[in-house]
Amino acid sequence: MIKMAYKKRLDGRKFDELRPITAEVGVIPNAIGSAYFKIGKTGAYAAVYGPRDLYPRFLKNPKRGVLRCNYNMMPFSGAGDRVRPGTSRRSKEISLVTNQALLPVVNLDDFPNSVVDVFVELNETDAGSRCAGICAASMALADAGIEMKDLVGAISIGIVDGQVVLDLDYQEEAYKDGHVADVPMAYIPSMDKISLLQCDGRIKKDDLLKGLEMGKKAAKQLIEIQKKALKAKFEVPK
Amino acid sequence: MNKGKRDHVIHYLNNNIRYDGRKKEEYREISVETGVIRTAEGSARVKFGETEVIAGVKFEVGKPYPDSPDAGTMMVNAELIPMSSPDFESGPPGIVAIELARVVDRGIRESGAIDFKKLCIKHGELVWTIIVDIVPVNAFGNLFDVASLAVMSAIKNAKFPELDGEKIDYKKLTKNSIPMEEEPISVTVLKIGDHLIVDPIPDEEKVLDARLTVATLKDETIVAMQKGGELSLSTEDIKSMIEISIKKAKEIRKFLK
Repeated sequence: MIKMAYKKRLDGRKFDELRPITAEVGVIPNAIGSAYFKIGKTGAYAAVYGPRDLYPRFLKNPKRGVLRCNYNMMPFSGAGDRVRPGTSRRSKEISLVTNQALLPVVNLDDFPNSVVDVFVELNETDAGSRCAGICAASMALADAGIEMKDLVGAISIGIVDGQVVLDLDYQEEAYKDGHVADVPMAYIPSMDKISLLQCDGRIKKDDLLKGLEMGKKAAKQLIEIQKKALKAKFEVPK
Repeated sequence: MNKGKRDHVIHYLNNNIRYDGRKKEEYREISVETGVIRTAEGSARVKFGETEVIAGVKFEVGKPYPDSPDAGTMMVNAELIPMSSPDFESGPPGIVAIELARVVDRGIRESGAIDFKKLCIKHGELVWTIIVDIVPVNAFGNLFDVASLAVMSAIKNAKFPELDGEKIDYKKLTKNSIPMEEEPISVTVLKIGDHLIVDPIPDEEKVLDARLTVATLKDETIVAMQKGGELSLSTEDIKSMIEISIKKAKEIRKFLK
């Protein structure tokens, strides 16, 4: 049998092309800062509350404020069965890596003993939800006026049947006719650093390095989109 | 309760003014969008001013209850996520979320809005379950009425997925809607001092004496009620509150898509 390589993407995109994106800040008036980030059919809200008092007390850090990210899928946001409400092992792990993806850019030195809470909520998903959440959170932190060294661009790269691709959607993640690797990553351009890196599936080193370059380029595009949305909030209507 | 805040709210209500400039029986601007969540089989986004709620319908199949082997079931759940308000905390649903879900559920269930007999697939063995989740995006008062309208809108928007034996194929939606018999509308009236108001903002909710949520049908029949708050109500109060509910339900009904 001749093995078919992945020559054309299922949704017709170029291999290094992002899905259509919309981004908006200030969508949750109750929050100090907030954003909605949608990529393809994956939508993420993020809301920032704080700096505020942190309880229980033993979590407090007298040297600097604590960043606390929480990732959650709304019960109707999964393509198949209803997502059972409450935390899961998956959501806890994603909360952790989201926190670590954002931590290098935020400066919380001025807020000892306090917490900055970031709530990420997915309202509909089609793969790439942790990356969408990180992009939304990056915008929400900036909208909240938290001191930041840069914005963070997060995107998945990966392999679908031998081909390096950017921004996998669900039908690519579930591709049956060949190996799939999904590599979510977050990139901080001004530091040239990667703050999120995970990998599900088989990928060769050279493909990974090629993918990372693809992801870095895309992250810069994502940050431009974030900046545009942040500026739009303060635009004077003509 | 903050007495200063309460005195302040009442002082303004005595002059027929509210914090945000509305009249006592005036709702904020209402908007309803349906089909907003592609991963749900039915959905709605409802806004009353700054309060924004998403309701999503997911279908499941399962065994019927032994006491009603020929009827489908419904579950209404509310997740008061901390993203939507600084007053909400992480963790399992507390009493506020549980009361909200149950009051919304009651309005729909007890009105006979849904013909559960038509949700039976195989007598005694397999029936449809309708699960409606309420999630506020921004909680800024009056979740009872906003969530009720969102849930009704989402149920009306829902389409059954295809059934492959005993498994649901969520990728394929049919053209069949949930069989509806009635369309209840919930209106919550708050009593603060001698004043009765509708569509409260959090500052008003925090100083309420009592509230009454009334779900009514188009012909003004009452189908469900819930009295809340720490103070009791006189029969006169209840009469006035029900009259306001019936009157305002007519206005809100226009937004039900």
